Amino acid sequence: MTDAALPRPAVVSLRQRLARRGIDATTLLVLPAVLTILALFVYPFIEGLVLSFLPRKGGTWANYAKFFSDPFLWQTIPTTLAISVPATFANILLSIPVALRVRKMRRQRFLTTILVIPITLGTVLVAEGLLNYLGPQGWLNRMLLGIGLVDHPVRLVHNYWGVFWSLVIAGFPFTFLLTLSYVSGIDPNLEKAAATLGAGPRARFRTILLPLMASGLTITFCLSFVQAFAVFPSAVLVGAPAGSTRVISIAAFQAAYETYDDSMASAIAMIMAAIQLAIVVLVLMGRGFLYRGPAAGGKG
Amino acid sequence: MKTTTNERSVLDKIWIYAVWTFVAFFVLNLVGVVGAVAVNSFATRWLGTWMPNGYTFHWYLDAWREFQLGKILKVTFEVVGAVVLISGLLGVPAAYALSRREFPGKRAVMLLFLLPLLVPPMTIGIPLATVLYRFGVGGTIWGVILANLVPSLPFVILITMPFIDQIDQRVEQAAKVFGANTLKLFTHVLVPLLTPGILAALLLVLVRTIAMFELTFLTSGPTSQTLVVALYYAVDAAGVRAGQSVDAMAMIYMITTLVWLLIALRFVNPTQIVGRQPASAGSDA
Repeated sequence: MTDAALPRPAVVSLRQRLARRGIDATTLLVLPAVLTILALFVYPFIEGLVLSFLPRKGGTWANYAKFFSDPFLWQTIPTTLAISVPATFANILLSIPVALRVRKMRRQRFLTTILVIPITLGTVLVAEGLLNYLGPQGWLNRMLLGIGLVDHPVRLVHNYWGVFWSLVIAGFPFTFLLTLSYVSGIDPNLEKAAATLGAGPRARFRTILLPLMASGLTITFCLSFVQAFAVFPSAVLVGAPAGSTRVISIAAFQAAYETYDDSMASAIAMIMAAIQLAIVVLVLMGRGFLYRGPAAGGKG
Repeated sequence: MKTTTNERSVLDKIWIYAVWTFVAFFVLNLVGVVGAVAVNSFATRWLGTWMPNGYTFHWYLDAWREFQLGKILKVTFEVVGAVVLISGLLGVPAAYALSRREFPGKRAVMLLFLLPLLVPPMTIGIPLATVLYRFGVGGTIWGVILANLVPSLPFVILITMPFIDQIDQRVEQAAKVFGANTLKLFTHVLVPLLTPGILAALLLVLVRTIAMFELTFLTSGPTSQTLVVALYYAVDAAGVRAGQSVDAMAMIYMITTLVWLLIALRFVNPTQIVGRQPASAGSDA
């Protein structure tokens, strides 16, 4: 009603109209970063997808058909899942009780600092360390021999378990720190209230902590699974890269740098991305199925 | 009634001990993994005993010469310096815009910055390397720098944003009233106020870039290897050179990374290394 009575400028400049929608000189500061990521992340991904449909020989789907018909290639998928899924579950299941305990500590800093070291050093160094530590002459085998648990050195590296341990050594601290940041965000008064009402530790965990942690744990699971699925350096260095730990990254790497088939390598990278995406979507859907409630109980 | 509570508290105690035993076991193995590298790098001969027969420093000199570590360290710091500089220059203004403005498509932009942190480097690295080689920068130091921007730039943006949120907008308005333009606003008001946040973000990028294996591995050539990639080749070719020499190189890599990590940890909380704000965001950062 009053709108019509107000004197309005005849022409609203484009600049003013944009500013009203939140676009002005300050907003444009985001552009260089957006363009960089578009050029270095989105464009290569699209380019890779297109390239994967332009095989060296054969029709559009030739690369994918080859991947899923050659057991040497498609078997990398179950091999990778057989390493990454148990390692991710182990890391998450170990992280929950430790994080719930550590959050009550006043001096967490020392422990979190120690645990951040393997994340920072990365899998290449962890692999070299494991080769020494778990090797036939390593300290662990000496210890096992010393206490009489085994009578000859156990083979712990250059097989499935070498890669598994490297994923735990580098992955547990990662899941632990993420889980800790989620559980620290849960209001301790909720638990105190439940305890006052007579809930024991197990009931408190099941009815209060777990539901509040659910969204954080789902994200942690997705993040650590995706990293474990792309395992590369340790699968080569402490695994059996021609056998039980020939993971999908190795197949992609060999296509790109050993047979120089960019199209096939792109196809394998796309298959990798598709599986990662599928599992993440599955986990997120599963979470919605298991628990419906306020999504952001804890911080995060 | 009494007995059940007692039983429960005994079980609780066992459970608490079990948790701490696991933590101790994990840390012990971690010390074993890192310690084995450290001890071996000083060992004259180490076979079939708990500790080496004797100690020497000469593997470090060997490693330095054999692996041309001087050259590799120079490349490493050139790459890391450029990545830190570029991701800071592009990332901080972007974080400022995202923190201060609501605009159509902001959610899409945020998603665009989150994705590179979620997609593993091995998955994006192969198509990215293909593109970089096609444009002729693959295998050069610039290819390595560009590849490392993919996770670093979004990381700077996500770490800096909460710090910008904490700055009172009225401070900026006051500066504008006194005639400051956007550049002056940045150099005289925002950057000084944001120093802790920017320092935290850039130090974390620095540590992460030194340790970034996959992207550098896929995009580097013989003259653009960083320390971690050179270490991978050395470990992969085990048997060609003495194990102690490889371990001496591993130690040099470890020291290079850990020095910066310790500096970074003076300004950030360990949880930020995994890309998260600590639970008490800002108060201790």
